[in-house]
Amino acid sequence: MNELIAKVKSMFADDVVKLVVGFEKGNRGARPFFCKSAEEADKLILDEHCPNNVAVYLTKKELLGDGKVAFVVNTAALRSALELSVENQWKEGRFVFLTLNPGGEAVQLENAEAIAAYLQEHPLAVNDEDRQLLDSIRSMTPAERWKYWTYEMSKCIKCYACRAACPLCYCTKCIVEENRPQWIQPWSAPLSNIEWQINRAMHQAGRCTGCGACKEACPVGIPIHLLTLSMMEDAMDVFGQKPGEVNANGNMLSTFRVEDKEDFIR
Amino acid sequence: MEIRKKIQVDKQGLEQWLDRMIADGLRVFAPVRSGAKVDVRQIVNASEVADDYIQTIQSVKRFAFPKSEELFSYRKGADGVELKEQDVDALPETIAWKVRPCDAAGFTPLGGIFNWDYKDKPFNARRAKLTLISFSCTQSDDACFCTSVGGGPGNTAGSDIQVTELSGQHYLVEAITEKGEAMVGKYLQDAATADDVDKEQYLAKIPVHFNVKELFAKLGTAFDSPIWKQQSERCLGCGACAFVCPTCACFDIQEDAKGSSGKRIRCWDSCGFSLFTLHTSGHNPRPTQSTRWRQRILHKFLYMPDRLAVTGCTGCGRCSRACPVDMNILEHLQSITDHD
Repeated sequence: MNELIAKVKSMFADDVVKLVVGFEKGNRGARPFFCKSAEEADKLILDEHCPNNVAVYLTKKELLGDGKVAFVVNTAALRSALELSVENQWKEGRFVFLTLNPGGEAVQLENAEAIAAYLQEHPLAVNDEDRQLLDSIRSMTPAERWKYWTYEMSKCIKCYACRAACPLCYCTKCIVEENRPQWIQPWSAPLSNIEWQINRAMHQAGRCTGCGACKEACPVGIPIHLLTLSMMEDAMDVFGQKPGEVNANGNMLSTFRVEDKEDFIR
Repeated sequence: MEIRKKIQVDKQGLEQWLDRMIADGLRVFAPVRSGAKVDVRQIVNASEVADDYIQTIQSVKRFAFPKSEELFSYRKGADGVELKEQDVDALPETIAWKVRPCDAAGFTPLGGIFNWDYKDKPFNARRAKLTLISFSCTQSDDACFCTSVGGGPGNTAGSDIQVTELSGQHYLVEAITEKGEAMVGKYLQDAATADDVDKEQYLAKIPVHFNVKELFAKLGTAFDSPIWKQQSERCLGCGACAFVCPTCACFDIQEDAKGSSGKRIRCWDSCGFSLFTLHTSGHNPRPTQSTRWRQRILHKFLYMPDRLAVTGCTGCGRCSRACPVDMNILEHLQSITDHD
C-alpha cells in the first residue's frame, strides 16, 4: 500500500492528476474517498473487501472535473471499468487505475487493454455462498421460485440504492422514471417491486460484472445480486456474451438483425 | 410527560400480555430477526420478537405514512365521474410493539408536517388507530445521537406505553396516554404498582455530541457554504436514508390509470433523487447532489425547527446505518458545528 500511496503522491506532485478516487477508513469499514492532495493520500486504503464499487463514480462527470483522474481500486471495480470502456463511457487518457495485485504490489493500468490483460490473470470467481444460493434457487420449481422472490421483493422500498451503487446503472433517465408511457409503476408494491427488479436484471444481462455492490447497498437485505449474477452466467452460456469483452456478434441486448431467426422480433 | 400509571411485570407477564393482544385479534407488529437484519413485521406469537439488536432497519412511520397508499379511485362512466375516497374508517387498529423511543418521537415532526395547514385525513386516521408501545434503550451504538436532538433513551414522547427492562426478568411498564392506560388496565390489571422505581439507572448512556441550537444558528448562514459539496461527494443519490427515516415525509403522487378508471397513489419520495425537483421545463433548481444534500440537512435542522418548532430528526441513526457509502449524519452535523 505504501508503494501505491507513493505513486499517488508523485502523480499529485507531477501534476498528472488533481483528483484520486479510492477508499478511506469510515465509521464501519472502508468508504469511498475523493482525495485531492498528496497530503490526503496517506488516508487511502485498499483491499478486496472494500464494500463499495468506486467505478460507480467513473460516469459522474460533475464530480470528476475535466482533468485526468486516478482511481485506486480493487479487481471488482476494474471489471466494471472495463465493461464501461466497452460501452464507450470513457476513453484512454481520461483515467489511470491503480491496484494492488495479490502479492501486494502496486499495479498501474492506463487503458482498457491493460485492464483486460490484468483481469485475464484474475478472473471472477463466484463465492461459495452465492454459488450455493444460486444453485438452490435454480433447483426450485417455478412455483417455489416465485414464492421465494415474491417474499424477498415484498421487502423492497424502492429506494433505488441498488441502482445508485451499480457502476453500470449510469442511464441519466432510468426506465422506472419514464412516464410517457409508464413502463414500470414507480411506487413500491409487491408487483411493481418485482417488475423493477426484473427490468434491472434484464438491462444488466451480459453487462453485470458480478461485483455485488447492489446487494451490499440494499438496506433491507434482498439478495438482488443473484438475479444479475444469474443473468451474467446465462448470457455467457447462451450468447457467449462476457462482460468486459467486445462480442463479435454485437451486444446481445442492443443488436438487431433483420435476418434474426426469432419471429417475435421481426 | 406525565406518567399515568407505573407497574412492574416479569418476562412471562410481558409475553402473556403480547400473546393475549394477538389472541384478541389485534394486528401486532414487532421487530423480527431475518438473517443479520432485524425489521418490523406482523407477528402471531410473542416468541418471534427479536432480542439483542440496536435498531430495526425501518422505522414504524409506515403505520401512519405507508410506502404507498391509494388516496382515491375513480371511474368514468356514462353518468359522469365516480370518485371513491380511501375508506379511512375501515383501517385496522395496529399495535407497534418494542418501538424505540426515537421512533415514537418521530411522530411529532411527522404529525407537524401532515397537519401544517391541511389536515391530512389518511395520516391522522392511521395515527389515531396506532398504539405505540416503546421499549426504552439499554444499549446504543456509535450511530445513535438522540440526546443531541432533544430525545433520550427513555424519552416517552409519542409512546402510549413505555417498557423498561430493569434487570433480566423484570420490566417497568409506564402508561403515558389515556389509550396506554386503558390497555394496561385491560391486560395487566393484576400487576404490582411500581411508583418508586426510577428507570434512569437502567438506560443507555448516550453522550451529547453537538448543540442543536448552535447547529440551527450556523445553518442560518450556511446556504452558500463549501461544506455541502465536500460532504456530499461520495453520496450516490439513492433514497435509502429518507426511506428508513422516522421523520422524512416527502411523497410523490402517481396515477395508476387503466383506460377510464384508475387510482391516485401517494408514495414515498426522497429529496436525494435527481428527479425530485425536476421541473416540466427541464430546469432543476437542485441540479447536483450537493444541493440535494444541503436540502436534506437544512430541512431537518433549519426549516422544520423554524416553521414547525420541532427538529426533523430524532437521532435514531438509521440513515447512517443504511447508507451504502457511510454518509454518517452525526459526523456531518458535527463537522458543520465545528466549521467556522
